[in-house]
Amino acid sequence: MAEVEARYRKKRLDRGIKARADTIFAIASYRDILYLLLPRALPVILLLVLPLLFKGYWNKVIIYSCMIGLLALSWDFLASCGLFSLGQSLFFGLGAYVAGTLSYYFHWSPIFTIPIAVLGGGLLSAGLLSPVLRLRGVYFAMVTLMMPLLFMKMIETTGLVGGSHGLSSLTPFPNEWVAIYLAVGAFLVCLFVFRRAINEDYGLVLRAIRDDDRAVMSAAINIYWRKTQALFVAGAVGGFAGAFMTHHYQFVGMSVFALDYSILPLAASALGGPGTFAGPALGSMILVPLSEALRALGGLRIALYCFILILSVIALPEGIFHYIERKYHQFERLVRVG
Amino acid sequence: MKHFGGVQAVHDVSFSLRRGEFLGIIGPNGSGKTTLVNLITGFVRPDSGKIIYRGKNITGKKPYTIAGLGIVRTFQMVRLFYNLPAYKNLIIPLSSSRVKKLRGGKYGERDDVAVDLLDDMGFERDSFVPYKLAGSLPHGYLKRLDLARAMALRPDLLILDELFSGMAMSEVASTLPLIEKFHEEGLTIIMIEHRLKELFRVVDRVMVLNFGEKIAGGSPQEVMSTEAVKKAYLGIEVEIG
Amino acid sequence: MSLLIYGTISSIVLALYAAGFSLTYGISGLANFAHGALYILSGFIAWSFLNQVELPYFLSALLSIIISGLIGFGIYWGLLLRVRGIPLAELVVTFAAGVAILELLMWKGFYGIQYSLPLFMEGGVEIKGVAVDYQRLFVIGTGVVLVVLLWLFVHHTKIGLAFRGMAQNERTALSVGIESDWIGSLSLAFGSALAGVAAIVILPMGLMESAIGYEVLIYALAVAIVGGLESTSGVIVASFILGFGQVATAKFLSAKWMIIVPLVAIIFVLVIRPSGLFGKFKELEERI
Repeated sequence: MAEVEARYRKKRLDRGIKARADTIFAIASYRDILYLLLPRALPVILLLVLPLLFKGYWNKVIIYSCMIGLLALSWDFLASCGLFSLGQSLFFGLGAYVAGTLSYYFHWSPIFTIPIAVLGGGLLSAGLLSPVLRLRGVYFAMVTLMMPLLFMKMIETTGLVGGSHGLSSLTPFPNEWVAIYLAVGAFLVCLFVFRRAINEDYGLVLRAIRDDDRAVMSAAINIYWRKTQALFVAGAVGGFAGAFMTHHYQFVGMSVFALDYSILPLAASALGGPGTFAGPALGSMILVPLSEALRALGGLRIALYCFILILSVIALPEGIFHYIERKYHQFERLVRVG
Repeated sequence: MKHFGGVQAVHDVSFSLRRGEFLGIIGPNGSGKTTLVNLITGFVRPDSGKIIYRGKNITGKKPYTIAGLGIVRTFQMVRLFYNLPAYKNLIIPLSSSRVKKLRGGKYGERDDVAVDLLDDMGFERDSFVPYKLAGSLPHGYLKRLDLARAMALRPDLLILDELFSGMAMSEVASTLPLIEKFHEEGLTIIMIEHRLKELFRVVDRVMVLNFGEKIAGGSPQEVMSTEAVKKAYLGIEVEIG
Repeated sequence: MSLLIYGTISSIVLALYAAGFSLTYGISGLANFAHGALYILSGFIAWSFLNQVELPYFLSALLSIIISGLIGFGIYWGLLLRVRGIPLAELVVTFAAGVAILELLMWKGFYGIQYSLPLFMEGGVEIKGVAVDYQRLFVIGTGVVLVVLLWLFVHHTKIGLAFRGMAQNERTALSVGIESDWIGSLSLAFGSALAGVAAIVILPMGLMESAIGYEVLIYALAVAIVGGLESTSGVIVASFILGFGQVATAKFLSAKWMIIVPLVAIIFVLVIRPSGLFGKFKELEERI
């Protein structure tokens, strides 16, 4: 008689409270409500309250995290309809320069420059990238990679809009509370709007385009127009981040098109989990403070982002957010087999 | 009135179709039937030839434009979104501008319209079939979902590419009357099929393709008694009763 | 006249940059965005052998080429295996690897006048009133030999044909007994080794620094896209077009504008004729 060794397998069960709280009809107690509400409310509350606690330097970190978060969110939005961008810095830089030039040459205040940069950024991005929409995803990625570089070199060689020196002494925000709550507010609004939109019909069509664009085409939908719209939105969001930072630093220069602004959001999204919006947001909130803490390493940080990016893509494609979500909703135990 | 004349690599097919007609297209595998559909619906560009629909030349237009004009197709290899519930699959066509124009559908009603449509197609609303993930449905349901997707666009010309392939007899028996009903309501239909018995019961006329060429056309009886067709099918006898 | 000579030199330089990238892509459909980084890395390795281990020139050069090849091989097995088949993930991984390498090199202080490779041969010669140094002639020579060898390899040897079969139809090739992962890693190894060769030959003409890595990548991409990603003749023709374009731009506008040429060319080609001049896959959008 052969001996059968006892083996164990992991068994995952939904928590009881998830089963009860999952449908709106079944919320029976405050505990259920809290279970659902807490993960959503906690980050919001944290982000709104922390600025009051921190002072100075760490507030800057929060602002920077929110901006990278916006870039990561816009990346995820594009990825939701199948557009894979390696050049978020393009959106960032366009918005930055629109706001910067308006502020420098016309002395307009942020109240005017930022909305115009948002619109302008969206229009410019959509216009620049829409010709490439008909090509395979790889080519889109390549063009987004090249564009920021192209702009950087053009600014350097033509010397327009400040050239290599950039534009400085721009109008700042009235006070730092406005700045930080504008940043946090924009970030949170964007996060929740995107998360909502992707589950509505509009987002459904976008996701369908990513999954099978031919099927969507045969359903009488112009996929290129939809993708252009997505580009507009992403450009607008990224443009906001760029415009904001321009006024925050009171300076805009070629560096707004730098690789950092492309890689950091990408690493954040990969780390947090693409496709969920909450993932990229979470990723940014982890990576940016981390990179600030490691400031001493200087240029090594980009290498670090790349490591994290590679690791996330290879080893943890679903991202941290899914992992945490799973842990929250399920518990595991070992069960004996045989 | 729809004209099509095309010469492509191996093809030389010309035919025309009247509004409200029911045309069947048959032929051995690889005879170019699906390519023909791809050409008509804009997924493939013809090297030469024209496609004229209601007097307008639609050759070379984009698939979504052609679908927007009312020419809708199903796919031989079903193209659905398997990770969405069945009724959500219909949201996509219902979001198109064509449907917006025709139905004037307001935002928020689409879910209901979708479920109603599926109910008409035989997805029992009460047993929650429309709400199941498309990936969990059996093949026959998937084919009907594809049909529902096409009908959601309120087509003027419906092209069915081997709808019945892989369906059980009972499923065919329940779907065929649906198609007949559409035809009676005035829909122009082109149907590519291998199941000749069922096809011949509903079509007005038949076109036979082989090796990318049209080898016969006419009523089912005429076509099946043509030598070329008999040769192509190698001795299959079909009773037209 | 000088335009002709410098144009030719520039073109061959571009062809050398692109050769490795084009080979890897042509064989296994892998777009190696770490190409520029590998270029600089092999230069660095050669420099280290030369100056820190104090090996003779030829040995250093040879070793660095071999090691580059091995690194390419390693990148495939270490990183790309798990994402093979997902083109966007491959792109991201190779790109991130490339950036990581370049930034690491920069962080270690790898820039400055002392970082340069010695010339193959000192001195120069005059051709029709234009001074051309021996190094540049060496570059032309190497370039021509390399391209010819590549052409022969890809089009005429058994292995080369196997590679191309692989690239065209993976499943059929697999069923005939050609193993995909070996091919993939070998293609990356060869591509990296070629990057090493280009580095040895070209770097002595200037300084070594990480920023060049990004430029080399852009040039390689430009040549590959303009010429058509799968075509060897495309590489040659595109190199000449871009090379002369660059030299002409430098002469008639200013040297500052040179880098813009490949960037604009890429975008131009992608919008007008995405498959490139000699690319075979015309219907990029029509994937049924």
